[in-house]
Amino acid sequence: MSKETTVETTPTNETVRDSSMPLVQVQDLEVTFVTGSGDVQAVRGVSFDIYPGETVAIVGESGSGKSTTATALIKLLAGNGSITGGKILVDGEDITEYSERQMASVRGGVIGYVPQDPMSNLNPVWSIGFQVREAIRANGVASGRHEVEAKAIEVLEQAGLSDAARRMKQFPHQFSGGMRQRVLIGIGLGAEPRLLIADEPTSALDVTVQKVILDHLESLTRDRKTALLLITHDLGLAAERASKLIVMHRGKIVEAGASLEILQHPQHPYTRQLIAAAPSLASRRIHSSAGDSLTDEGVPDMLRLAERHAEIEKRLATAPIAVSVKDLRKTYSIRRGAFKSEPLHAVDGISFDIHKGTTLALVGESGSGKSTAARLILGLEPPTSGAVVIGDTPMTGVSARDLFKLRRQMQVVFQDPYASLDPQRSIGAIIAEPLKVHKVGDHEARVARVEELLDQVSLPTALAHRYPNELSGGQRQRVAIARALALKPDVVVLDEAVSALDVLVQAQILQLLADLQAELGLTYLFITHDLAVVRVVADAVAVMEQGKIVETGLTDEIFGNAQQPYTQRLLDAIPGAGIKFAS
Amino acid sequence: MSDRTVEHYVAPIDPADAIEVDRVNLGDRKSSLWIDAWRDLRRRPLFYIAVVIVLVVTTAALFPSLFTDLDPRKGDLAFSNAGPSDGHPLGFTRQGYDVYARIIFGASTSLSVGVFVVLITAAIGIPMGALAAYYGRWVDSLLSRIGDIFFAIPYFLAAVVVMSVLSAHRNVFVIALAIGGFAWASLARILRAEVLQVKNLEYVMASEAVGRSKFSTLVRHVLPNSLTPVIVYLTIALGAAITAEATLSFLGIGLPPSVMSWGNDIAQAQTTLRTAPMALFWPSLALTVTVLAFIILGELIRDALDPKARASR
Repeated sequence: MSKETTVETTPTNETVRDSSMPLVQVQDLEVTFVTGSGDVQAVRGVSFDIYPGETVAIVGESGSGKSTTATALIKLLAGNGSITGGKILVDGEDITEYSERQMASVRGGVIGYVPQDPMSNLNPVWSIGFQVREAIRANGVASGRHEVEAKAIEVLEQAGLSDAARRMKQFPHQFSGGMRQRVLIGIGLGAEPRLLIADEPTSALDVTVQKVILDHLESLTRDRKTALLLITHDLGLAAERASKLIVMHRGKIVEAGASLEILQHPQHPYTRQLIAAAPSLASRRIHSSAGDSLTDEGVPDMLRLAERHAEIEKRLATAPIAVSVKDLRKTYSIRRGAFKSEPLHAVDGISFDIHKGTTLALVGESGSGKSTAARLILGLEPPTSGAVVIGDTPMTGVSARDLFKLRRQMQVVFQDPYASLDPQRSIGAIIAEPLKVHKVGDHEARVARVEELLDQVSLPTALAHRYPNELSGGQRQRVAIARALALKPDVVVLDEAVSALDVLVQAQILQLLADLQAELGLTYLFITHDLAVVRVVADAVAVMEQGKIVETGLTDEIFGNAQQPYTQRLLDAIPGAGIKFAS
Repeated sequence: MSDRTVEHYVAPIDPADAIEVDRVNLGDRKSSLWIDAWRDLRRRPLFYIAVVIVLVVTTAALFPSLFTDLDPRKGDLAFSNAGPSDGHPLGFTRQGYDVYARIIFGASTSLSVGVFVVLITAAIGIPMGALAAYYGRWVDSLLSRIGDIFFAIPYFLAAVVVMSVLSAHRNVFVIALAIGGFAWASLARILRAEVLQVKNLEYVMASEAVGRSKFSTLVRHVLPNSLTPVIVYLTIALGAAITAEATLSFLGIGLPPSVMSWGNDIAQAQTTLRTAPMALFWPSLALTVTVLAFIILGELIRDALDPKARASR
């Protein structure tokens, strides 16, 4: 393609470049945010190079400064943040000194950007076509109505949208998450930048969609020799997609180098910790630390593991059934037009049993009906038909009073640690609530029980008088677990209970859950979209697709030898599935 | 670029990084939404000014004799429209009443109208809004349509009509009913929007999963977390109700002239606007300052309870 307009300060794409020269050099970058409680240094002296055509990934937990580093590269920091030190050289020129106007020519043309959340980054009141054309005009890659239109179609087709000409007239709400992300990638690549920054481009998407999008992104950037800077929390994904890995922690780079080298021979203690905590397909079921399945060096003791395995199989064969779900269905009617409605089978006849003291993982992508299933099993919504049996008492079709009594036997931990605790009640009141509702014990007995529960989830008892806003996500999730355990239930439903947590905290909570299971003989129904986590927590797996269970089996069987193509697709889509991590 | 070797960089080990994963880090002081809001309010001078005004007006309303020994009902025509003099700092009205004493004794009427209006608005608006949003479906359709009907009638116009019809029973409570009985629909709408948001949060589901009934969950978890805009609205509404009473009285359809209120005093003073403007000025000032204090208080509370507003400062 040809370019009519040339921008003063930045060289055009056509210039032949020396690929031995770095495209972007970040030197001692410091970013500071001014907040009500003082200045916060989010990035503290970060340096790295990106060469033309190379894929680099920055990996870190939330708060590590990885996204801040990415937005600093195009100087789109939030209003209270600024670059307070260091340089960002693009083709040897320091862009930290650039004016807003000069930056406008860097953004899009030299450095493209794909934002994190495809759901909120397209303006819902404008058509897709309008937004793509707007970006194309702003980047000056085409001018004139017809050329812009043609370019927009070309961009969307390259981003993998079939029937782009027609789809351009549609609006964001008519697009799925994956399609929206394709549009954003299209916009990001529209001006053929030499570096594309993708900030968690697929974190909001299902694994199978994620794989397709990342594959496509990879082929696009390879064909155009575009460098790619991938920001992610997922080590497996980073290792699979990037040749170079940068691990960030608390605003600093702790380790950087070739991806495989880092994953297999991590040097820095933080990187080692991170890699050890990352669930992957190669991981093993986490067991109670009391059972000592780890040797002193922290590696799994193979002999103990084999024993455990035999024990689980025995338990699955002999233990009584704690929860039995029989042909459970839920049908909603979806309105079509003023007087017509269509049935939607959200849960379409699922059946499974969970043996006492074991964990069943109910796995599925968004829209598979797993969350509706959870609500039905918890009795929060009446099923259309079918039965849920706890122990040997049916929970469905019983009176409100019987259901109330049955609730003592089954409790739940939800996904979002920031929404699952009432912000206006103290931690003690939150944990004691089930006791109060079920009139268990007097005030003193409840206070004592709250302290015991806080202790069980490894939180200081002093927390009882504090409020949730002082706690981190992981700590809030511990409180939610303590609340779920207050009534000494037999069964705990964990509805995406670790999905919102950072990997180290997630590993900690999973260990806690395993310990509690061993100690209290709990039965878990673990509902999740994350197969890698399933591997480390579940004894048995049920895979859901479109309201139906397509495959069930022991975890090892499913992971080793999935029978259904859908299960196999899910397994293949797990990022970094084939990479052996250091242990 | 394949020939370029990637160097393996390892940062020097910083002991500060070696903290325990997810350590509990408690501040010295407790912190919660309300405690933090209180701390925020305490730092703002405007808050003290508003609170002092509100306290002074409330004290005057409850114990007017603390502020003056004069009898506000004793008119001496010898002092008609007289200016300030010793013991009479604000002068006299046309009937020879002491302006200062009238303002002090009028506070009770104005404030009680405000408080009654707030109570009536809350008593109707909170259940209407909360039940509509929380139960949804036909409950929502029914309650929201009823609210819409009241919303469509300008509350002041409605109050004018009610007061004209009930001209024989004009007292503080009737006037409060006339204003509050038509002003609750806005509150119900505000609360409905808030409850719709809160009821989908996981702690509400968690409460039901524990076995708490739907209604009990509404009262224990949903309402307390939806009250912020209600408190703000009611504080501002209190000020607005005082103005509404004064306006109705000014128009001659509010409280009967025998009842002391700022609105009545303003209405009577307008006849002497040219000759004795100060008799109009002082009750108007009292009214404005009081209403302003309540509105400012409402807005300060909103700022303090809304962390987003706090961040922007």
